[in-house]
Amino acid sequence: MSTTNILEMRNIEKEYFGNRVLKGVTLTVKPGEIHAIVGENGAGKSTLMNILFGMPVIYSTGGIRGEVIFDGKSVDIRSPKTALDLGIGMVHQEFMLLPGFTITENIKLNREITRHNPVSKLLGSAKLQTLDIEKMRQDAKKALDSLGMTVDEWLPIAGLPVGYMQFVEIAREIDKENIKLLVFDEPTAVLTESEADTLLGVMKKLSARGIAILFITHRLDEVLAVADSITVLRDGEKVGWMTRDEATLEKIAEMMVGRKIERIKQVAKDVVEGGETALSIRNLRVTMPGEMVRNISLDIKKGEILGIGGLAGQGKIGIANGIMGLYPAQGDVFLGSKRLELNRPRQAIENKLAFVSEDRRGVGLLLDNSIETNIVMTAMQIRDMFLKPFLGIKGIKMADEKAIRTHALKMIKDLDIRCTGPEQLTRRLSGGNQQKVCIARALTLEPEILFVSEPTRGIDIGAKKLVLDLLVQLNRELNMTVVVTSSELGELRSICDRIAIVYEGELEAILSPAASDLDYGLAMAGKYRDRSREAG
Amino acid sequence: MQTQTSTKPRALAAPNALWQFVARHPVPLSFAVLCLLTVAAADLPLVFVLNELVTRLSRNLFLVLSLIIPVLAGMGLNFALVIGAMAGQIGLIAVKIWDIGGFSGFIIAVLFSTPFALLFGYLTGLTLNKTKGREMITSMILGFFANGLWQLVFLLFIGTIIPVNNPEIILKGGVGLKNALDLKFIQYAIDRMLHVNIMGIEIPIVTFAVIAVLCWATKFIVTTKIGQEFRSLGQDLHIAQVAGIQTDKVRIIAITISTVLAAWGQIIFLQNIGTLNTYASHEQVGMFAIAALLIGGATVVKATISDAIIGTVLFHTLFIASPQAGNNLFGDAQIGEFFRVFIAYGVIGMSLLLHAWHKYMEARKKTMQE
Repeated sequence: MSTTNILEMRNIEKEYFGNRVLKGVTLTVKPGEIHAIVGENGAGKSTLMNILFGMPVIYSTGGIRGEVIFDGKSVDIRSPKTALDLGIGMVHQEFMLLPGFTITENIKLNREITRHNPVSKLLGSAKLQTLDIEKMRQDAKKALDSLGMTVDEWLPIAGLPVGYMQFVEIAREIDKENIKLLVFDEPTAVLTESEADTLLGVMKKLSARGIAILFITHRLDEVLAVADSITVLRDGEKVGWMTRDEATLEKIAEMMVGRKIERIKQVAKDVVEGGETALSIRNLRVTMPGEMVRNISLDIKKGEILGIGGLAGQGKIGIANGIMGLYPAQGDVFLGSKRLELNRPRQAIENKLAFVSEDRRGVGLLLDNSIETNIVMTAMQIRDMFLKPFLGIKGIKMADEKAIRTHALKMIKDLDIRCTGPEQLTRRLSGGNQQKVCIARALTLEPEILFVSEPTRGIDIGAKKLVLDLLVQLNRELNMTVVVTSSELGELRSICDRIAIVYEGELEAILSPAASDLDYGLAMAGKYRDRSREAG
Repeated sequence: MQTQTSTKPRALAAPNALWQFVARHPVPLSFAVLCLLTVAAADLPLVFVLNELVTRLSRNLFLVLSLIIPVLAGMGLNFALVIGAMAGQIGLIAVKIWDIGGFSGFIIAVLFSTPFALLFGYLTGLTLNKTKGREMITSMILGFFANGLWQLVFLLFIGTIIPVNNPEIILKGGVGLKNALDLKFIQYAIDRMLHVNIMGIEIPIVTFAVIAVLCWATKFIVTTKIGQEFRSLGQDLHIAQVAGIQTDKVRIIAITISTVLAAWGQIIFLQNIGTLNTYASHEQVGMFAIAALLIGGATVVKATISDAIIGTVLFHTLFIASPQAGNNLFGDAQIGEFFRVFIAYGVIGMSLLLHAWHKYMEARKKTMQE
């Protein structure tokens, strides 16, 4: 291995609106090295790569602290163009391919080979030069050949199999002559197993040519298969670095998840196998873009707090949204012995289910309406609560202002919503208090099962604890069944009785909150089922 | 009935070339049928219709063609064509004031309008860059806004800030331009430069040559580097940006080209008409050009030269024949006129609706596949 590093990122720090997402991350990559970066969602992987690639989002939100040294020189990468000029390429998670262009045109995008024509000569303009399609094709063919691809370079992208698109992306990157560092952002997420194998082979081939590779993924077996060294990020910090020889699946998994867990709920209730089932889900499939649920079967027991966890994009968010009818769903959901009609939000609410959405400001609240309106809105619409007849005419119903006010004040007191009064607009409330308004509205429906998604997203630490305490309190005192979906495993483990981990739209494992970090790490990476099969 | 049979698997298995052709070009074909019916109902002499059509093609095609490049660059239909037309009229008003007639007047009008068009195009581009994804409504409102400025300048500033001493074009009070300016001194400056008469149909060769050059230039630009950049932007702005294309700059170039072409197009249009309706000539330019382009089968995201030509032919055939058809069928020419206006706006609304629906279905199909 050569001694000089191609890339050094030193003490990189980044804040988004006062929220520190990177806390001094240092990373070094040598030429020809495959360096894997692993971590949970929100660990800072994408932010780090956005910094490296000079994405506009970084500099429109206040820039970074720290130093980036590329090829021995300190650089300031402020736009994707600078990154490209330096020789940094990126294979994106979502394909950066133009569907209407041919493979050739995509590979040579903005690096087209041109030749002079009379007009461009006359005006002396490079922009008016004619494209040399023939030469572009030759180049594209060469790049594709070096990847072992036999597809015709003149085919349009639209209609190609997904796996091919991934390789076209890579072909585009390696066609760049000055390419020194390639970032692969979860490249195998959309590939079949054999395609993924080919891809890993290609990565090795590229690194043999001296191109350094940053490999971002959460598939740990792939990391072990190709990476020379591995950096583990957690909560914006680098928590570990190891070479392949030192690394084991268990070690990485544990590092990814490991954190101190403070239990709010003192004892997890023992969920008896024979306990009464409140809601049983069979073969649920939800079409929610980015959070597809493929096939989930799960029983929710009466009186428990069930956690649903997993990495972003694996489908955990889709479950509650599907049951509540917000996204198209298929499958069977039974409330006791009664079958719940899917895709009908009204049905779900009428059946005493209530939902606190993860999209608080979008779906959850009417931001420009008062707290009291927000609290009673759904109940008025669906339960005919807080209504009185107009001048004794039954057909015309008016809002019962007095009842609404009484109820709102009670909720504000019970949930400790910090506000100037029930008439305050919800837009002006802090995240924690907005969340409480959402919960208050759900409670107004007097639900039997409460679904709460991402209850602590975008809330400061103090308020987080209050919201979680509240959920536990509801469960204990009102014996309400609560289903919490959250990206923060620590939070789930602090309040839940059981935690279901979702991987690729399917149920990977149901774990006890006291299960080891290792188990959680494996489950999140989709390796738990395999392990238990081996053990059993 | 026909749609039903075509959805049967057997019909799909044996692809019918004719049916495919119909399915691929529903808009121009239905308008072609409509045109034939209207022309038949109008019962006008064929020579008259053709003569009118040739005149109208030479007059309008340049304007319609100026819409193509922004569509390529993903900026939709440039309703701000109005602003380009205003630049053209500034050129014409200037030569009117200086009283330069004939071909030299035409050329000076073109040259004088160009810097204005460049400036207006640049400013339009800056605005549209701030309102990405809503270019069409923004450009439409920009057109209305520019109309207000136009009135301010030519009603109030002429004769006060801009000293003009020409009672022929100034209102009685000495301030503001008259409602209609006579452009006889420049009429047919290029139309009658070289023209042939084939079986009673007068063909202005120079005008059509100019249009041919524009067609070639549009085709040419697509094969160049900048053309490739336009097309990339048209497909996905974000991806183009990540590929290192300076998207904002390219968008400004696209809209500026369109604005300059619109200015020239308006001069060609008015040198044929021979009268400048000071406060109204520019108003309908965008709408009618866009309607013509859409009737030719173009959409918000796709427009070709043949769309422009076919659309202009169909749209103006309707224009020529519909008053007489209305008169013959309902005893009132006004009904044909209503119908014509209804078509113009209706086709724009319909096209936008179809585009939105198509986009929605695509998105749905995509999530269903996942």
